[in-house]
Order: sequence, then C-alpha cells, then structure tokens
Amino acid sequence: MKSAVIVFPGSNCDRDMAVALEKITGQKPLMVWHQEYDFDKVDFIALPGGFSYGDYLRCGAMSARSHIMKEVIKRAEAGVPTFGVCNGFQILTETGLLPGALMRNAGLHFVCKDVKMTVENADTMFTSAYAAGEEITIPVAHHDGNYFADTETLDRLEGEGQVAFKYNEDINGAQRRIAGITNAKGNVLGMMPHPERMIEPALGGSDGRKLFESVMNRLG
Amino acid sequence: MNNGNEIKITPELVKEHGLNEEEYARIVSAMGREPNYTELGIYSVMWSEHCSYKSSRFHLKKLPTKAPWVIQGPGENAGVIDIGDGQAAIFKMESHNHPSYIEPYQGAATGVGGILRDVFTMGARPVANMNALRFGEPDHPKTRHLLAGVVEGIGGYGNCVGVPTVGGETNFDESYNGNILVNAMTVGLADTDKIFYCAAAGVGNPVVYVGSKTGRDGIHGATMASAEFTEDSEEKRPTVQVGDPFTEKLLIEACLELMATDAIIAIQDMGAAGLTSSSVEMASKGGVGFELDLDQVPQREANMLPYEMMLSESQERMLMVLKPGREDMAKKIFEKWELDFAVIGHITDTGNLTLKFGGEVVGDMPINSLVEDAPEYERPYVPTPKRDAVDVDAPADLGKAVMDLIGGPNLCSRRWIWEQYDHMVMGDTIQRPGGDAAVVRVHGTEKALAISTDVTPRYCYADPVEGGRQAVAETWRNITAVGATPLAITNCLNFGNPERKDIMGQFVGCLEGMGEACRALDYPIVSGNVSLYNETNGSGILPTPAIGGVGVMADSNKMATIALKGAGQTVVLIGETKNELGASLYQKQILGKNEGCPPHVDLDIERRNGDFVRALIENGQVSTCHDLSDGGLIAALADMAIAGRVGVSVNVEGDLPLHVVLLSETQARYLVATDAETAETIRKEAKDAGIPVAVLGETGGDRLTVNGGVLDLALSDLTAAHEGWMPNYMAKEPLSA
Amino acid sequence: MKARIHVTLKNGVLDPQGKAIEHALGNMGFDGVEAARQGKYIELDLKSTDRASAEKEVDEMCRKLLANTVIENYSIELE
Repeated sequence: MKSAVIVFPGSNCDRDMAVALEKITGQKPLMVWHQEYDFDKVDFIALPGGFSYGDYLRCGAMSARSHIMKEVIKRAEAGVPTFGVCNGFQILTETGLLPGALMRNAGLHFVCKDVKMTVENADTMFTSAYAAGEEITIPVAHHDGNYFADTETLDRLEGEGQVAFKYNEDINGAQRRIAGITNAKGNVLGMMPHPERMIEPALGGSDGRKLFESVMNRLG
Repeated sequence: MNNGNEIKITPELVKEHGLNEEEYARIVSAMGREPNYTELGIYSVMWSEHCSYKSSRFHLKKLPTKAPWVIQGPGENAGVIDIGDGQAAIFKMESHNHPSYIEPYQGAATGVGGILRDVFTMGARPVANMNALRFGEPDHPKTRHLLAGVVEGIGGYGNCVGVPTVGGETNFDESYNGNILVNAMTVGLADTDKIFYCAAAGVGNPVVYVGSKTGRDGIHGATMASAEFTEDSEEKRPTVQVGDPFTEKLLIEACLELMATDAIIAIQDMGAAGLTSSSVEMASKGGVGFELDLDQVPQREANMLPYEMMLSESQERMLMVLKPGREDMAKKIFEKWELDFAVIGHITDTGNLTLKFGGEVVGDMPINSLVEDAPEYERPYVPTPKRDAVDVDAPADLGKAVMDLIGGPNLCSRRWIWEQYDHMVMGDTIQRPGGDAAVVRVHGTEKALAISTDVTPRYCYADPVEGGRQAVAETWRNITAVGATPLAITNCLNFGNPERKDIMGQFVGCLEGMGEACRALDYPIVSGNVSLYNETNGSGILPTPAIGGVGVMADSNKMATIALKGAGQTVVLIGETKNELGASLYQKQILGKNEGCPPHVDLDIERRNGDFVRALIENGQVSTCHDLSDGGLIAALADMAIAGRVGVSVNVEGDLPLHVVLLSETQARYLVATDAETAETIRKEAKDAGIPVAVLGETGGDRLTVNGGVLDLALSDLTAAHEGWMPNYMAKEPLSA
Repeated sequence: MKARIHVTLKNGVLDPQGKAIEHALGNMGFDGVEAARQGKYIELDLKSTDRASAEKEVDEMCRKLLANTVIENYSIELE
C-alpha cells in the first residue's frame, strides 16, 4: 500500500503518522510538502494532526484553501481513501469533504488523554478489522474537537452509517459524542482521536493498528 | 537623521538603565569616552544580572561541571552529554518568572519558546519539555488566575510546536504570592558529530538574521528580570513579549534542515537582550568583531531606532554566521519555510561591535569590555543559622491528616494541568506525567531518556546546604526509580535579592550542597540559569534552586512505574526510616510550621540504595518502584495504590511513633513491589549489602490499611480526594474552569 | 477603503467561550448581562475605491475563508 502524508506548515503529527504507516504497512509513506501539488499517485492519503498555520483564523481554515488541498479533494472525489486525524479532520470539514465543523472544546481547555470510544460502523474501509460495537481506547489531543452539525445532518450521518466512532463519554461537547465520520461514499474518514499514537503496548496500547490494517486489507 | 543618540546621557538615565555610578564609570573607562544612548542601552543589558551573572558568577564557578560523558558544560546555549551510540542529549532549564507574573499566558509561552530555541540552536531536535512551577498560597486572590494562565501558556506553545510536555512539578507557598516561578526545561537529541556552537569565525563571513521580524516588544525585558518587583511593575505590561509557536515550529524545521548541510559556522538564538546578547556572545566566543547594518534588520514596526532594534526581545529569531557563498542555499531553505532571512552584517577583525544605521556609525564598543569587564560581585553573606532536630507532634486524627495531605494542594494529582499539555506527540513518551520521572524513548531505539525536575524549597529555607543536596539527590532518585542511570543536571536558581546578606547566604549554601551532591553522585551540572531579585516589596521567595536531571536507560522495556500491578504483590521498603519530620510537608501543611532541621542527605547512602534499586529494575526483578519524598511512606503508598487501582495492606514495626514512620521524610528510600519469592530474594540481597530493608505487606482489596486497621482508608475515597482537589479548586476560576 | 468584518457564531450554535465570559462577568458582580457571544473582528485595507465591487469582493472573501458558514455569520462594514 503506497501512502502519502501531506505536510503543511505547522503540521506536527506528520512523523507519528509516517512511523505508524511504515510499521503497519511495511512501506515508507511519501512525505508531501504542501507546495508539491503534483505528488505521485498513491493508494492512501493521510492528513496528519498538528497546528497547520498555527490554527490561526480557524483550525484548518488556511490549509483547506491551499493548492494542495485542491489536488487532495480531486483525488478523494475520484475515490482515493483519504484519512484526516485531528487537524486533518478539521481541514476535511473546512474543505467540505466532510460535513459539519469542529469548534472549541466545551470545557475550553486543550485536552490530552486516552479516551474510550465505540466503533459505530465496522463496515467502512477504515474500520472493517474492528468488530461492530467494539470498545477501543485511543488518545485525543486537541483544543477544538467539539463536533457540530445541524440536526438534519446529524440524523443523516447516523442514518447512513457515516458515524464511524463515538466517544463513550462526553469529552469535548461533540454533538451525539461523535468522534469520527466518513463521507457518504465512505472513502474519506475524519476523526479527532489519534490512532497513530496507539500502535504498540509501550505507548499504552495497540487499538489504533486495526484502522490502518482495515485499509490495507481493502487495498490488498 | 534621528537615531536616538541625540538623547543626552544623564545620571538619571544611567540609573534607569539599572547601572550604578561605579558601573557607569567602568563603561566610560573601557570605552575611553562617554557612551551614547544606543551604547548605554547595550551595556545596560549586557551588564544586567540576567546576562552577566554578576552576583552569582563567583559562586557558580565552584560547581562541578565535568565527567567523561559531558560534551559541553555551562557557557553555551545548553549542556550536552554523550548518551552512547553516537548520540547526545542536549538540555537546559530557564526561568521566566517576572514576565509570567505580569502576563501569565505570554510569559509562560515565551519561556517555553526561549528554552526550545536554546536547545535546537545546538543542532538538537527537541524531544521533551518539562517545567517547575511555584505559585502563591491557593487562597491568594491571584493564584488561580496565574496558574490557569501559566498552564495555558505552556500548553499553547508546546502543543503547537509539537514537542511533548512530559512532566514537571507544581507547588504552592505563600512566599510566591507576589512572585511566581515559571521554570521551563527542554531536552533534545542530536548526533554527537552534529552539534552546533556559537563561536563566530572567519573575517568577512556573513552574519545572517532569520526568523520573525523585529518589533518593539520586550525592550528592557532583561533589565526587568533583574530588578525587584514593586506594585507598579504590573503597569509595565507593554514590555512583555508575545510568542508565536507557529513560527517557532517553522524555525525549528528550517534550522534543522540547514544544519543538515555544512553551511553554518556558528548559530545563536536571540533570547534575553535579543540582537545585543546574541551578537556579542558569538563575537566574544570567537574572538572577533561584528559589524551590523541595522537598516537590513527585518522590522515589524516603522521608525525603529538602533537602540530599540538592539534591545528588542521579539521572539522566534536566530543569528547565524554562514560560510561564504552559502547564503543563497540557506535563503532558499528559509523561504521554503516562509521565514525572514537577511544578511545584516559581517565578521571583522576589530574586536568591536560596530553598528551602522542610515549610513552612519551609531555604536562602536569593544566586545571584550561588554563581556569580560562586566562587574563581578562577591556579595557579602551570612550563612543561614543551623536548626536543631525537633520532635514533631502526632496529628489529632491520623486518618484525616493523611486524607488532607493526599487530597491537598501539594500532593494531589496534577492531572488537571498535564491533560492540557500534549504529552504524547512525537510518539515516544513511554512514561507519561504522574510518575517519578518522565521517560521518552530515543526515537527508533529501545533506549530512553528519563527526566525529572525537583527541589524542596522548605528544606532549602530551613538549611540551604541540606536543601541544595536534597534537590540534586531527589532528581537522581526519581530517575533511578524508573530504572535509568542519572547522568547530568541543569538548574534554575531562583532566589531573592542578592544584595541582602541572608539571601546571599541562602544562595551560597544551596550551591555548596548542590556541588557536594553532584560530586558524590557523579552527576555534573552542564547548564543552568540564575534568577535573582525574586521578591516583592522586600519579601523574598523561599530559596528555590530547581534541578532538572537527565538519565538514560539502555532497555526501556524494563522501565519501572509507580502503579501497583494487581493483587498478590509484596511491597518492600528499601532504606532506613528515621525521626525526620522537621521542615516536612506534614509539619507545614497540617501543623502550619516550618521548624527544626530538614532530613539529612547522606550521599553515600543515597548512592548505595539507589544503585541497589536500579539494579533490581535492570535485572527485571522489579517493575514497580516509587521513591519516598514529600509526605513520606504513606504518601508513596497512596500514590502507588491510586495509580494501580488496587489496595494495599502493610505492617510497620519499630520504635518510632506511627506518625513518624508514615510521614517522616528520611531520604534515600524507595518502595518496590514484586512477587513474594522475588521480594524474599531482594530482602536477602539487601541484607547482604548492608541496606536496611523491610517487607511491609501485600497488595489486594480496595483499601489502604496500616497495622491491621490503625489506619484504614478506602481507596475510592483516597482517589476521589487525590484527583478532586485541583479540578475543584480551579472550577472557581471562571474563564478557566 | 477599509472593510470591517465581524464574524460571530450563528444563533443556536453553542458558544462555550461566550458562556464563560457571561459566567465570569456575573461572578464579578456585573449582573446586568443577559448573554455574551464571542466572535472575531477582522480589518482589511482594500485597494478598491468602488463600493459595490468592494462589497462583492469582501463578501466572497467571507464566504470562502474568513467565516465558516456552517457555524458562523458575518457582517461587513465599508468606509
């Protein structure tokens, strides 16, 4: 599986994502600097966490309007599996590839801790290695992870199985405790928790591995 | 053209610059003339306490700084130690006390930014941030606000640059009511053959400015940090710098990218006193002169004067000397990262710092005089009188006292703080905050660094020599307790006004004790920072020499943690417990006193017991270990039970009263837990080695029980008290709850 | 020409910062505050001198970048 990690000015989980991808897929991902719009064809695109453009204006707002995101949108719309974590999720909602928005945590604080969440839909290309309803532990580290969308959108997301993960407890005020969602087609996933930080026991657990393994299984 | 030098130098102006008459006379004699306004400003910051260490240098020279593994001791941006396999750990701790009191968010944030730059300047990728924080008493009206702002500032900066904040310490005492302490530490990793220094070389070589633009922020920050606080200092808000962690992140990446080439001769960050101290230090270390054309300095504001540009403390800026002909290549790297890059001067053979502005020379000073002629004071001091040992009364209700300690401001969980720090980014944090030491893997290996920051100001106040020893020994013990070998320390020496003999006595005493401990434990000082004049309206802080220790472990899979691991484990105490409740946390918090001599630190015993415990961890006999410190045995047991979510029942024997056994703060003690058979082996091994050892009891159940119920506390109550204090306390800070 | 833009959260979108401000003011004894909303203020110096075209341009800037219309409203003043 050939993957690419898109690096924006201020991305800071790009290395963590690359380490996880290499460890799990056995193949070093392509690190793509945001000015390299015409990067090679890949099977999987990852938008890593961090503070692209310092989170200035709104988290992910500037990155979402960058040239490279035009290319990412094009490829995602053509079906390339695209995965955004934390700031990557914020960028995906800002581009409109995923519905809704991520607002300041209800508690107002940055929150970094392990959280328990439930796999709501184990039929997506990102979650098939998990069991439906499986409880997993993945860390979060964000200031703006409070998922918001209007009721109609939320109903649709839930009705269509687009909610991939839900927190077991309210940690940031997210509506319906949503932690991660996919697009209607199912090839774009955005989530606040960091599966790339939970890939070996020394780091506190391995529950993040199956996400990458799911994609690998799908892509063969 | 108006360049500021038309301002007349008057005795008042000299005084405002923090220079006394004798110091001013020294400047005139060094220059052979009166300085102009620009030059006066430059001398004033270079000769400030902050930059010149004029009150402390004499005593700092006595500290041990060498060991076979020390690559670079004090005097550079940060200390460097060899950790084997061609790799080096680079680290330093620095204070940002005054700015954090005036504007807690930005003060703390820029403190983190500054210490990060000190470390990546030397070629290291920062891998861990730590801190040591002191606030006033919890009930003081400003404490909540300051704590909330400082924590948010540390997180705001560290989280954004993507360097994990892996631990630290936070304490409260009324002596910090008007003068909080914010000490930040950064640890980085580099290859031993890729370390960068600040000595400039090569006449004609370009001097390059990179990073953010220069504004008027922070002017006189360095002199502010060297003056006592008065109430109206709070009006001095505009001098506080504002941090931009986004730019810092870009600067780290750009510098490391350029450092991978061979273009850099010397590099230095612009910290306190900005362009002045960076250029003077680079020129001084290299024995050369600098000529700077200030019109080339990237400026954020219009009509800046040379004085302002030289003294500005705008953040996220670096100065470099490049090999000739590499400017274009370097410029491309900085442009890629969208950072300013400007050649602002060149190296000369004059030995002077020469400043040009609008085509004119506006300043011309001998570098030597800025550095070496700086005054050095051997300030008079009186040693702190020795205290006698005291017997400390038992509490009226032991159970309640223990509960109050575990669920009180000093021993409660700091989760509320560290959950606001990204402590996992970079994917190598294998021991998170809350343990004895933070442990961060050396990326791509099984090796790891263990880091701890400690000091017990109560002891330093009661007996500075003992307190100095204890601060060093406690970091050594904390690093040992996770299974690492302590290698070296950095420090941040926070004291009151050195012009007071008693305060100077505290300083000298603490340094004496620190020096002894460093020598006895083979644990040298490789970098540090001094912060004096920490007092408000004549009331000084407790002497607070914060120590940041770094150790290394070869196999991080063997690391120990404090959490008890399930039921059926045997708990063993290593080290002797004595009647040492003088200056203890129990005495302070429950009885409201700080009396008697603090616990004695016997460095031979410290070393013997520590080496024994470390071997247990390295041999795989033990993976649960906690050192004993504030609150003694009972606090350590509670920590271990709470972290492991399992109860423990112990029996303590001997002649000492129970409250002494449980609360004494005798040094060089550890608790370990393991299976019964191994515990018995450990007991025998300790006996054979002449180390006092006691098998205390067994884990299991959901209570903490001592001597069959003399003390019997539900783990759920302890946990609720321990976890609850800080969130409940901070809930009363409206914008931060 | 100067454009002054206010970006605020839409009604019905929970504003945790606004709530905290409201709460804090109440605690400080300012009990005349019924509600607080926090937003952003952005100032732009424009090359344009034509009001109509400037208005159109700034409106586009707001929709495309300055505001996230999923959660935010904006208002524009030109002078």
